[in-house]
Amino acid sequence: MKNRHLLSAGDLTREDAELILSTAAELRSLADRPIKKLPALRGRTIVNLFFEDSTRTRISFEAAAKRLSADVINFSAKGSSLSKGESLKDTALTLEAMGADAVVVRHWASGAPHNLAHAGWSRSSVINAGDGTHEHPTQALLDAFTMTRHLAPEKGQTLDGRRVAIVGDVLHSRVARSNALLLRTLGAEVTLVAPPTLLPYGVDTWGVQTSYDLDAVLPKTDVVMMLRVQRERMNASYFPSVREYSRRYGLDARRMATLQDHAIVMHPGPMIRGMEITADVADSQKSVIVEQVTNGVAVRMAVLYLLLGGAEPAIATGTPDEESEQQ
Amino acid sequence: MTDYLIRGARVLGGAPTDLGIKDGRIVAVAEVSGSTGGAVETIDATGLIALPGLVDLHTHLREPGREDAETVETGTQAAAMGGFTAVHAMANTDPVADTAGVVEQVWRLGREAGHCDVFPVGAVTVGLGGERLAELGAMADSAARVRVFSDDGKCVSDPVLMRRALEYVKAFDGVIAQHAQEPRLTEEAQMNEGVLSGRLGLRGWPAVAEEAIIARDVLLAAHVGSRLHVCHVSTAGSVEILRWAKALAEKQGGWSVTAEACPHHLLLTDELAATYDPIYKVNPPLRTAADVEAVRAGLADGTIDVVATDHAPHPHEDKDCEWQAAAFGMLGLETALSIVQHTMVDPGLLDWAGVAERMSTVPARIGRLADHGRPIAEGEPANLVLYDAGVTRTVEASELASLSRNTPYAGMELPGRVVATFLRGRPTVLDGKLC
Repeated sequence: MKNRHLLSAGDLTREDAELILSTAAELRSLADRPIKKLPALRGRTIVNLFFEDSTRTRISFEAAAKRLSADVINFSAKGSSLSKGESLKDTALTLEAMGADAVVVRHWASGAPHNLAHAGWSRSSVINAGDGTHEHPTQALLDAFTMTRHLAPEKGQTLDGRRVAIVGDVLHSRVARSNALLLRTLGAEVTLVAPPTLLPYGVDTWGVQTSYDLDAVLPKTDVVMMLRVQRERMNASYFPSVREYSRRYGLDARRMATLQDHAIVMHPGPMIRGMEITADVADSQKSVIVEQVTNGVAVRMAVLYLLLGGAEPAIATGTPDEESEQQ
Repeated sequence: MTDYLIRGARVLGGAPTDLGIKDGRIVAVAEVSGSTGGAVETIDATGLIALPGLVDLHTHLREPGREDAETVETGTQAAAMGGFTAVHAMANTDPVADTAGVVEQVWRLGREAGHCDVFPVGAVTVGLGGERLAELGAMADSAARVRVFSDDGKCVSDPVLMRRALEYVKAFDGVIAQHAQEPRLTEEAQMNEGVLSGRLGLRGWPAVAEEAIIARDVLLAAHVGSRLHVCHVSTAGSVEILRWAKALAEKQGGWSVTAEACPHHLLLTDELAATYDPIYKVNPPLRTAADVEAVRAGLADGTIDVVATDHAPHPHEDKDCEWQAAAFGMLGLETALSIVQHTMVDPGLLDWAGVAERMSTVPARIGRLADHGRPIAEGEPANLVLYDAGVTRTVEASELASLSRNTPYAGMELPGRVVATFLRGRPTVLDGKLC
């Protein structure tokens, strides 16, 4: 892979994305072994830099790094735009001084990983673990990985032409942005479903379909991905009430029954049961929500391995050779 | 006081002529033959364009309160280097310039610095709070003789308060300079709302938030028969509304609206936000290429009356951070004339007489300045700039006179260079260097 950083799902070529997904498939098999550890990144240091709470994403990256034998430092620098605390720059300089090889960054500000990678503060590889309302590329990769396992499991099969509906608060969703970009690259047809207030300005230039009508979209789709909708959006008049939102855009058993047999239900978590998804749907046979979490570790292992210069197959060698410094 | 003989300057870009300066005034605009004798310093201005000293209606000098960003001393040095002989210092200082005491302090600091005249702008409302009028009359009657009032940085969004302000300043021929930004439509806004804001995940600042306020304000000014000035026009829609309003004011008489555009809105577009480099974060935000085109056209046909810099210095740490955490604003004084040459003169949209009108004559008239923006003619105050339009330069942030470094033009090659600036016959800049 040519990229040194993973900042946006849009930076990945189809070849890059397929390499990550196939590497993840190899690494996924590790999850079924009694000993889940590889020596591939022994001696490398990976910092999880979290300016915003996200236990599930941090744990996923931590598990991924540890299974590759990397040293992991968790750095929580919580702060909002109002109480800035230590600046991103000073944090970056500190991590640089500690010799971090990769920084996994979650930040409340859109573009913060971009700043970290390009402002000259740091030489580490930067992996965007979610920035503001911008992107969350590893989430998109794990979603594509999960879709592939269900809809294109055989070698040579792809997501080309597969239909994916992404439903909910697209406007504030980094998951939706990254998925729209990556799924387009992989040839899938994306439909964003939301009330008009929760679709971003200029969405017509994204190369995706949009719809305000969930019922019309469901029977034709192969994947339905529900996004979290925060109740507070109601107070800013994005929609009138939770009840009306659920009625028009929530996924319940009645709606799920209109899906095709092979279709799957996804959710990036954390779910608000009863808001965008009902409990029976979340726990149903069609739901792959728990599997998404398992796949997340494999995909993040693949990303870390490939960005930190894994030139050889991750598993085949087995010998902890010093990886060449490709950067 | 040294007298000067400027040889071969092209007044407003016209034919070469000599300019005699004596006792702070222009005493000759004609070929001066032979030796002039006495203590006269001769300046060879062959090929240089002479313009009346530039007047900025919109400068942030940051003093008092943010002397880490700029002081009256450094800000006026930057102004002189940019060819300005007068700047209007915006009121959003700390304390806010909302009393006679603060405006007199700023005015006095300007006099002491001596690099260019400083005319303080008074706040419209107490503490820029948008709730009750500041003592506008006291500021008008003070030694600073304030005529321009603005809550710049904040919009006087309350329609009743705006109406009262427009009416009240008529008593001393004042003008309300409105920062047109509907606050509810721009809560937490980070950049122009468009295709790019949606992709970048940055909260949008829609054009309608500017246009709705301008439309309301011109209707208010017409209704109460007042003088309105619109700050930093940035959208195509605003230009259209102003074009309509000016035609109406012309027909009706008894009220007027003027408007300014900033150099950066003549050149830079919102595409630059894709770098997430906060050097491009400014309010109003950089807009689309179509908006830039419309603002240029508006400035060319006089719909937009003046160029104003909105020179907004910020210390390094307020720009060396995440976009959302960064301050709004960019430097402008030292590059304004070059940007105007690059975007307006070189493409043939404006001649040098037009530049003089939009950067000196009209801003001085709006600010009711007696001794600035005057023609280059015998008997007039010798406020002048000599400009070499034939050279190019690469902007180096570290070489700027401003205390701050937040120029969006660093590394950019721009045409033109200010060679000399004269304030009442005394050079503040000579050979491109501060005196």
